[in-house]
Amino acid sequence: MSITETRTERADAQEQRAPLLQLDDLVVEYRGSGRRAGHRAVDGVSLSVAPGEFVALVGESGSGKSTLVQGALGLLPAAARIERGAIAYSGVDVTRWSETRLSRIRGSYVGFIPQDPGTSLNPTKRIGRQVIEAVRFTERSRRSAAEHREAAHVALREAGLESTERLFEQFPHELSGGMKQRVLIAIALAGQPRIIIADEPTSALDVTVQRRILDHLQGLRERLGIGVLLVTHDLGVALDRADRVLVMQQGELVEQGSVDAVLRDPRHEYTRRLLEAAPASHAGRLEPVGPRLPVDGVALRADALSKRYALRGGGEVVALDGAGLELRAGTTHAIVGESGAGKSTLAAILAGFGTPDTGSVHVGGRETTQLRRGALRELRRELQFVFQNPYTSLDPRWTVERIVAEPLRAFGLVQGRAAQRARVLELLDAVALDAAHLRRTPSELSGGQRQRVAIARALALRPKVLVLDEAVSALDVSVQAQILKLLVDLQAELGLSYVFVTHDLGVVRLIADDVTVMRGGRIVESGPAEQVLEAPRDAYTRVLLDAVPGTRLASMTEARA
Amino acid sequence: MSIALDSAPSALGEALRSAGHGLLGVLRQPVLLLAWIVVVVALGWAVAPGFFTSVSPYEGDPAQSFAPPSAEHLFGTDRLGRDLFSRSIHGAGTTLSATLLAVLLALGVGTVVGLVAGAVGGVADTIIMRVVDVLLSIPSLLLAMVIVAVLGYSTDNIALAVGISSIAAFARVMRSEVIGVIRTDYVKAARGSGTRGAAVVLRHVVPNALGPVLALAALEVGSAILAVASLGFLGYGAPPPEPEWGLLVAEGRDFLATHPWISILPGIALALVVIATHRISTSFRKDHRR
Repeated sequence: MSITETRTERADAQEQRAPLLQLDDLVVEYRGSGRRAGHRAVDGVSLSVAPGEFVALVGESGSGKSTLVQGALGLLPAAARIERGAIAYSGVDVTRWSETRLSRIRGSYVGFIPQDPGTSLNPTKRIGRQVIEAVRFTERSRRSAAEHREAAHVALREAGLESTERLFEQFPHELSGGMKQRVLIAIALAGQPRIIIADEPTSALDVTVQRRILDHLQGLRERLGIGVLLVTHDLGVALDRADRVLVMQQGELVEQGSVDAVLRDPRHEYTRRLLEAAPASHAGRLEPVGPRLPVDGVALRADALSKRYALRGGGEVVALDGAGLELRAGTTHAIVGESGAGKSTLAAILAGFGTPDTGSVHVGGRETTQLRRGALRELRRELQFVFQNPYTSLDPRWTVERIVAEPLRAFGLVQGRAAQRARVLELLDAVALDAAHLRRTPSELSGGQRQRVAIARALALRPKVLVLDEAVSALDVSVQAQILKLLVDLQAELGLSYVFVTHDLGVVRLIADDVTVMRGGRIVESGPAEQVLEAPRDAYTRVLLDAVPGTRLASMTEARA
Repeated sequence: MSIALDSAPSALGEALRSAGHGLLGVLRQPVLLLAWIVVVVALGWAVAPGFFTSVSPYEGDPAQSFAPPSAEHLFGTDRLGRDLFSRSIHGAGTTLSATLLAVLLALGVGTVVGLVAGAVGGVADTIIMRVVDVLLSIPSLLLAMVIVAVLGYSTDNIALAVGISSIAAFARVMRSEVIGVIRTDYVKAARGSGTRGAAVVLRHVVPNALGPVLALAALEVGSAILAVASLGFLGYGAPPPEPEWGLLVAEGRDFLATHPWISILPGIALALVVIATHRISTSFRKDHRR
């Protein structure tokens, strides 16, 4: 009797000392199928999360960080399997556990916050039911329906949501992205887990919302003593929030250590590159390699643009409300704002893809909002547009040569195949690609290469103005830095003027000469970049600037300089 | 045209590559391999029936009537002592060519109609799609029967009727694909590059919208074989003694209790080909999705 007692006590003590989550030499492989070759997504990763610890796992796309999380949760897709290694929760090895057994841990021991709040809630069920479900599935002892309800309310309040009675009756589509993410946090918290794994929980959200969610996660850790494993692509976020930072590259853990250690003395070359590429580690604007081609005057001017959209079933949305801006030739004018600020509508109107209800746009002295089809086509030679997502802006069936040559052919600017090839090569050269890429299709290019092709296409007509709509937002930080560098160099060399639309204030710092801050279709503040970023006049601009992650990184850079 | 020149080498290369991969993939899947064998044999029957049998499909030996399946007569013989194996082989040509014609007709007309509806939009779209809705609401076999009844009984008219009755399905798919592609960034980018409307449609929209439509065509082959055979069975097609799969099945139905092979064996051949085409078209669809 006494022996068994001691044994359980010892086991308990061991369990308490053991880390909440421990991975040992984990290897996850994807089976090849058909045309796709199999590959190793996670290659011998060991990590641990202790109670009350906030660990951030950083990696770019394809680094295997999501596969790692799926492996740890037993949620791997059918094509993937754990080849080697062990997963232990509080010292209990769960590597070979069946799906049913694992599903009992998920929720009650480990809470999971998924990436995209837009698609992770069931759109046909009320919020209340979805949270109650989570409560019921993870309860440790039988409880009544009223108790379930109460527990669901507690979870929602715990996640920082108010007026939960009303929320209970709402459907996901009635909530904002930030609120949906909080509901998902509530669902993750419903089973009173000891550790929370969050896979990019804020990458789809605005910075100010991101800040609140991350503050909240940190608070939960402090109040409830739970462990947090935060997976993110954003080194700035990781360094600001975590106790420990892990860096993954191509399935391997290349760096791990305390935030201070990683900031002060990164061991691995890749970590150094990431630190270098992070927007927050640059104090001022990127400088071009060559001299600037002198140009002056106003390249583009927009006045009092307004645009309303009628909603189905009455009502209307004001997308733009008296917005205007001036783009000085040879400079970059950044338009910043959170989602719904009207910046994409503005960009589309500037580029002639949409028409405003009122107001005017002048490009090189010509009014463009009233142009007819033929004249609008002529405008393309002056002004080109670069899309946000290089994965959708290139025809998947076309080769790079054909894509870049399309504008040349449309305007009959080159005669014959040889001339076309020569000009395309010249353009590819400008964006640091070469002849080897000519015959490839977009699927054979990386995200950064695709965006380079898109930029080469935009430059083909020798335009004076480029409108870039979130042109680097879909790219990894290191690629993002390369593309920004390229844009700055091209601007100096060709005397280009950019309208640069972005939600990322870190990027603005690197590239903008002038900044316009938008909110709800209106312009909140506009002026030279140094003034807006360093001494903002408007309260909203300050909120926006404060929410930008990377404070620790930035202060480190300042200290160095 | 320079468009054709540009795309030719890459399209050919792509086709060859995918054919190579396809071949490897097929070898790895026994059921799919079997399906391909069935279809290739059936096509062989249709193209060169003489290669598979030297027995005449028309001349019977009355002494041999109602002979059960044997080494000499694989499928047995019918009332007039004609070899049913030979009749099945010769019947493949009639049935399959009518099928091919029907599917090509539906594909061609349906694609154009869907493209116009999707690309032009507005009133044209509304009018076209309401007509398509009406067509879809009539059971296709019934529609085909009405058309044959109006045009007259013959295999060619069966092909025409089956083709017309499947236009609506193709138009629907093509339209929705076209609308999807027109909304993509790359089409917007093409317009932004100064490419004119018609060229954008030809160079970007059609090639990218066609994939699912072709997959549907492969799927539609099976149903078309069934429809053609059904109409043949009902006597709308080739008159006897012409061998045609539906007709072969029909000819045996009076003797089903006593001499079941007359209907069943050609029926099995027909069923196998339909199932095989369906299996193959499913593999196409999966490839396309990837």
